[in-house]
Amino acid sequence: MISPYVFWPIAVLIVVFAIGVVHFKNIVHSALMLILTFVGVAVVFILLEAEFLAFVQILVYAGAISILIVFAVMLTRRIDMNESNPFNKLRWISLIFCLGFFGLIVRIVLTSRISYEKLAVQDTMGAIADGLFGNYMIPFEVAAILLLIAIAGAIILTKGVKD
Amino acid sequence: MTFINLAWLIPIFPVVSFVLISFITKRFKGISAMIAIAGMSVSLLFSLGVFYDVITSGVSMEHPVEYAVSWLTAPVHIDAGVLVDPLTAVMLLIVTFVGLMVEIYSWGYMHNDAGFSRFFAYLSLFSSSMLGLVIANNYFQMFFFWELVGLCSYLLIGFYFHKPSAVEANKKAFVTNRVGDFGFLIGILCLFIAFGTFNFRELAAGIPAYANIAFLTITAILIFTGPVAKSAQFPLHVWLPDAMEGPTPVSALIHAATMVAAGVYLLARGYILFFSIQEVSLIIAYIGGITAFIAGTVALVQRDLKRILAFSTMSQLGYMVMAMGVGGMTAGMFHLTSHAFFKALLFLGAGSIIHAIHTQDIFEMGGVIKKMKVTSVTFIIGSLALAGIPPFAGFFSKDEILTVTYENGYKFLYFLGLTTAFLTAFYMARLVFTVFFGEDRQKHSGHESPWVMTLPLVILSVFAVFYGFLSKSFGSFIYFEAEGHAGPNYMIMGASVAVALGGIILGWLIYGRKAVSAQALQERFKPVYKLLFNQYYLNEAYQWLYDNIVLRIAKAFYWVDRNIVDGFLNGFTALIAKIGTKLRFVQTGSLQNYAFLFFMAIALLILWLAVPI
Amino acid sequence: MVGLEGYLILAAALFCIGLFGAFAKKNVISVLMSVELMLNAAIINLVAFNRFLAPAKVTGHIFAIFIFVVAAAGIAVGLAIVINIYRSRATTNVEDFNILKW
Repeated sequence: MISPYVFWPIAVLIVVFAIGVVHFKNIVHSALMLILTFVGVAVVFILLEAEFLAFVQILVYAGAISILIVFAVMLTRRIDMNESNPFNKLRWISLIFCLGFFGLIVRIVLTSRISYEKLAVQDTMGAIADGLFGNYMIPFEVAAILLLIAIAGAIILTKGVKD
Repeated sequence: MTFINLAWLIPIFPVVSFVLISFITKRFKGISAMIAIAGMSVSLLFSLGVFYDVITSGVSMEHPVEYAVSWLTAPVHIDAGVLVDPLTAVMLLIVTFVGLMVEIYSWGYMHNDAGFSRFFAYLSLFSSSMLGLVIANNYFQMFFFWELVGLCSYLLIGFYFHKPSAVEANKKAFVTNRVGDFGFLIGILCLFIAFGTFNFRELAAGIPAYANIAFLTITAILIFTGPVAKSAQFPLHVWLPDAMEGPTPVSALIHAATMVAAGVYLLARGYILFFSIQEVSLIIAYIGGITAFIAGTVALVQRDLKRILAFSTMSQLGYMVMAMGVGGMTAGMFHLTSHAFFKALLFLGAGSIIHAIHTQDIFEMGGVIKKMKVTSVTFIIGSLALAGIPPFAGFFSKDEILTVTYENGYKFLYFLGLTTAFLTAFYMARLVFTVFFGEDRQKHSGHESPWVMTLPLVILSVFAVFYGFLSKSFGSFIYFEAEGHAGPNYMIMGASVAVALGGIILGWLIYGRKAVSAQALQERFKPVYKLLFNQYYLNEAYQWLYDNIVLRIAKAFYWVDRNIVDGFLNGFTALIAKIGTKLRFVQTGSLQNYAFLFFMAIALLILWLAVPI
Repeated sequence: MVGLEGYLILAAALFCIGLFGAFAKKNVISVLMSVELMLNAAIINLVAFNRFLAPAKVTGHIFAIFIFVVAAAGIAVGLAIVINIYRSRATTNVEDFNILKW
């Protein structure tokens, strides 16, 4: 098990990065913070002994998705980057709401007292492989088709269809 | 029994001709007419077959043949069936025979008309509806065809739809008939409520036991309103004179075989209902008698050839209805059939004359007999039959009605009938002496009609002469409960002949010899003349009624509908619209507002589920 | 020792920050980024539950992988839509995407 002295600093850092994502007024800064958050989450996965997911997190999120977002920012660039990511009029009310929501969830988590034993973790990578090509074969295939459709859809949406 | 089992085909043939003419041969006049005539001829042959079967296989009024297929089972059971008894057989013969004569005649009469094919299509449909009505085995089926007959009469009266007067006339016929049909329909439904069936025979079995119940009396009166409108009885007769706007062969068909006969036929078919209830019989008898008299008086002063004949039809229908009311179903039906022959003859003859002379005013005609021998002779035969001169058909049938009326104790109605007989003879004499004799007054030089038109006249006149002798066998053939042929009453017979001859002689004196000036008489009795000429101002009375009462009630309803019913609805919709315009601003179209509200709801849901903590 | 609760609270914090961003930011790309934060929070939850309650089976991991897939597909299509809208309306402001309104 992980010591709180390792976990909580990492957790606080992730939360700070995440707050940075929503707080910065320059969307490029936000995107940078997002990448850092993703990396932090990957560290959390390692703490949870899910190494494969940590790799995937780095690859897919910190790599691919971040690059996609940066490209999107570039393609929709405005002249003044410093004011590219402002708040709208819901800022304060949604802040209050989100804090309340957070409090609610924390209270539920702290009062629910889930009981569990200390269990050892085996080889997760092999188990995931077994799962994906065994029990979850068909969802896996469907996910592949979904990705294919998403690619085609994204291309059509951005390029447009020739009449 | 073969033909009885095929009787359901009889109305099918004309309707097939209707469909063929409407959809295929509309452009080819000759073929259309041939199809119509062929269809009707086949129907006539089948009707003859049915008649033969009825005679040879012991079918009688007590033992009819009935068969049916279920048409509707739930929620009410309605059959589509055939009921064949002597009454049906005779009516089938009359309708198909007169229909065929009219169609042959129309070939000549209509040959220059642009709507030639349409005319034959309508005629076929009209006959088909009437035949369907005749073979019906229940009230519902009868009502169905009853309405179809009404529709066809509407189409045919308004055949010259470019003429405003024709359009007015067909609307009038249709609306007036609706009044009766409405009562008829309610009556049928009342019968169904009371007995749970539409079938004639099942009803006949059930009705006599409940004859003294007020509900049934009202039901019978309601059903009687159907014939009142359809058979042009007082006070719903106003459409019949105006129905002259249709082509003349249509008038022949309407007056002889199809439209007006339907009402009398219904009275005969549902006779048990009317006969079982004393009060209803009385009402029927008096309405018939009054109609006969009123129509007879009005016919005295009319100038239009077809109009005179129309009022005479009304008058004769009055006789028939009166016969039904006084308990002479046989007499009424016999008069219906004999009248069908000579009235068809008279109308077709009138059409022939109008066709040649191009006027309908009898005072613009004269000396026609010199030019149109066949038409004139047959027309005079028809007139004699109508006037009730022995040995023509009308004498026997009318005499039978008068005998039945007298012997069943309706003295007042008997005298009314006798007076009407006199009037009938008189106005027919007036017509005949004015049109056929005297000096030549018409502008067009007439000529005899082609043989297609005169042939039906000749055939019909044969029947008009000899049909009366069938009186005795008719009585043993069609009857209610007991074979009801009244024995000859020579006193009544003598009286009728005397009155009829009196009427003719008076007519001859005034219009033939001109011993008394018609003009002077007219001046002398000017108020009476005007009253009669304007048909007792009944049309005006209806107009007044309509303008002052119906329209006002309608306006009140209109007001209620506009301001209260619509007002409620409009207010309601206005309220919704107002709320909508206010609520519209909730729909900001902003994604984030929606998402925010969405999550608020989720937070509430979580709170609700986690409430113990 | 950090138990399940710690991870759940971290995930909740991440989720609520993402929620706030999705509500309160004007730029649509920023909104999409916030949605990614929320998805990450969900993945942390799945993995944490898997780790502490049933480490022998890797159901949570497999679900996490499916969420990666769906998130990747979602972001790809979402950004494509954003670019498309930007082409036609020259804006990335969510408040200008009010064509849902009558």
